[in-house]
Amino acid sequence: MIPGFGNLMQDVLWCFSQVKGTIDIGVTEADIISTVEFNHTGELLATGDKGGRVVIFQREQESKNQPHRRGEYNVYSTFQSHEPEFDYLKSLEIEEKINKIRWLPQQNAAYFLLSTNDKTVKLWKVSERDKRPEGYNLKDEDGRFRDPSMITMLRVPVLRPMDLMVEATPRRVFANAHTYHINSISVNSDYETYMSADDLRINLWNFEITNQSFNIVDIKPANMEELTEVITAAEFHPHHCNTFVYSSSKGTIRLCDMRASALCDRHSKFFEEPEDPSNRSFFSEIISSISDVKFSHSGRYIMTRDYLTVKVWDLNMENRPIETYQVHDYLRSKLCSLYENDCIFDKFECVWNGSDSVIMTGSYNNFFRMFDRNTKRDVTLEASRENSKPRAILKPRKVCVGGKRKKDEISVDSLDFSKKILHTAWHPSENIIAVAATNNLYIFQDKVN
Amino acid sequence: MGEEEGLHQTQLLDTMFVRGLKRKCFDGEEDIEGTLAGFKAIPSYNLQRQSLLDMSLVKLQLCHMLVEPNLCRSVLIANTVRQIQEEMTQDGTWQMINTQSAGQTSLDRLVSTDILCRSSKEQAEGKLVPVYSTFTKDCEGTQSQDNSEIMSTVTSPQAPRNLQSNMWEMENPQENRGNFQKSLDQIFETLENKSPNTVEDLFSEVDNSYYDLDTVLTGMMSNTKMGHCDVLETFPSQTTTNSNSNCKSDLNELDHIVEILVES
Repeated sequence: MIPGFGNLMQDVLWCFSQVKGTIDIGVTEADIISTVEFNHTGELLATGDKGGRVVIFQREQESKNQPHRRGEYNVYSTFQSHEPEFDYLKSLEIEEKINKIRWLPQQNAAYFLLSTNDKTVKLWKVSERDKRPEGYNLKDEDGRFRDPSMITMLRVPVLRPMDLMVEATPRRVFANAHTYHINSISVNSDYETYMSADDLRINLWNFEITNQSFNIVDIKPANMEELTEVITAAEFHPHHCNTFVYSSSKGTIRLCDMRASALCDRHSKFFEEPEDPSNRSFFSEIISSISDVKFSHSGRYIMTRDYLTVKVWDLNMENRPIETYQVHDYLRSKLCSLYENDCIFDKFECVWNGSDSVIMTGSYNNFFRMFDRNTKRDVTLEASRENSKPRAILKPRKVCVGGKRKKDEISVDSLDFSKKILHTAWHPSENIIAVAATNNLYIFQDKVN
Repeated sequence: MGEEEGLHQTQLLDTMFVRGLKRKCFDGEEDIEGTLAGFKAIPSYNLQRQSLLDMSLVKLQLCHMLVEPNLCRSVLIANTVRQIQEEMTQDGTWQMINTQSAGQTSLDRLVSTDILCRSSKEQAEGKLVPVYSTFTKDCEGTQSQDNSEIMSTVTSPQAPRNLQSNMWEMENPQENRGNFQKSLDQIFETLENKSPNTVEDLFSEVDNSYYDLDTVLTGMMSNTKMGHCDVLETFPSQTTTNSNSNCKSDLNELDHIVEILVES
């Protein structure tokens, strides 16, 4: 047993499984991963990058003759989801960067996902084809029409097997509805609608309708000089299709009920923690700005991430979170530098494990953190290529705060702030995690006995 | 609209206000001595707050150059500036700056997120803030600069200030509690004189000097009751471009301090 790792999740030991992406030292901007998402079964894992590409990995079937080797994720499909565009009205370049990917629940053999950049949401269908029809009557094998005079007999077309082909086709394009940058998309549990949120507005869409959407939240003040707050993230309740939450740059969360009114400008619940006067500084507001909000799978809790902490809120208690976890409290004394170099505006995301008992979020220096809600134990792990041998157990890392630095500890001043883990994903039912570290995707699994 | 008129009014108001209360202050002799004593033990708080303000203003300026800045970031920076402004108003530093350079542009315009958030639609509707054009003009020459030096110059409150007033439009003289044209002018002066580099580089590196700032600025709001000391402390660097001497040695300045104390 590794000291310090303790009983996290009943002795789960994380070990390295795979790393995707180049090992090149020079990182191309376009290759930086900007979102990671498992589908609802965990069979597929999608990443989006700053170059507008979506890469889908599929978990291979576990082989019986190699029981220690568990299903690895291999590239299933890669496609260009968004292209750079130019808005001629604004003389503005619209980046192709994929801000979010959300899977739709699978309903047939094909997979569907939503991907979005700053302005446009797209619905993609990813489907397999391993057979092709042969023996048409009016067309030849190349698809050209046959000379009718040559057609002397009627034949029945047949399906012939061919090499497996995975096709990604854009099925819907939801454009022109956002003036500001889209930060979140969320599929509703009715599976017929989804929402897209930008800095000031949230729109509700039907999957079948691309030319109109309902504006359900609008916090844009009549006079923009009075603007002091923006929407930072939004998500639907996992089971109640009328309920959603959105978080703000002032550290608050609003829960809205779409049954109450068409425009949800009045929230039904307002989650806010009173400020701790002993920790007040000029940076208080910036660090309390919420960068991500996630409902638990059960729908009972919401988790929010701000710059220094992760908080878990009970839907039934609005005045304070039921749990607060420090992600990297040692940065509290470095806030001015982090403000100067803009790191303080980094948007870290957070995820639940399948049973809502553990939460995970990222930090700097390619570190990421896990918090066990039951045992209250936490661990810092590192996504790095060193000791990335197959099934090598991840060593817990420790950041030294003042005083003497012990062996294996890293001091706060030597943390690399350019290596940040903003996006992570947790398999919906197993202990498999995907961690995006700049242009690399790391996959870790729990150790098999 | 009459800029001159607005300017005049503010000045007039300020002088009237100060004069009317001047005597009262001299009644409290102890107060003045107390502040003088406090002044000897200058905490660097105000200088650092000024640095933070300068840094924020540079960031805001850079936001203004973009057609579509990151709105969340811009709003948070603007709120930070507002917060500093509020605190400086409370402890009197703000009025002092106002007194020194009454009638220049208000910071309000800069902090205004209107500029930050314009959409093409709003521009088409003619809601474009007039100041914006001034900003762009001012900023055009600043697209490229040397970065390491800028940060140190920009953030150093001791650097000589350009007091030459550059008139920006003022809409509400009463609301213009103060302004930072001085520091902005200086910023631009600095930016414009630098050799080519990219704007992005400006903030790409962490300046070590800010590690000191951290300790002071973080968690400092809990003990901000520095009282008049604050005013005294920032006074020399704010007012005099040619003298770095302590203000206690200058009777005229002391006189002025009193005025400010009274005003706040």
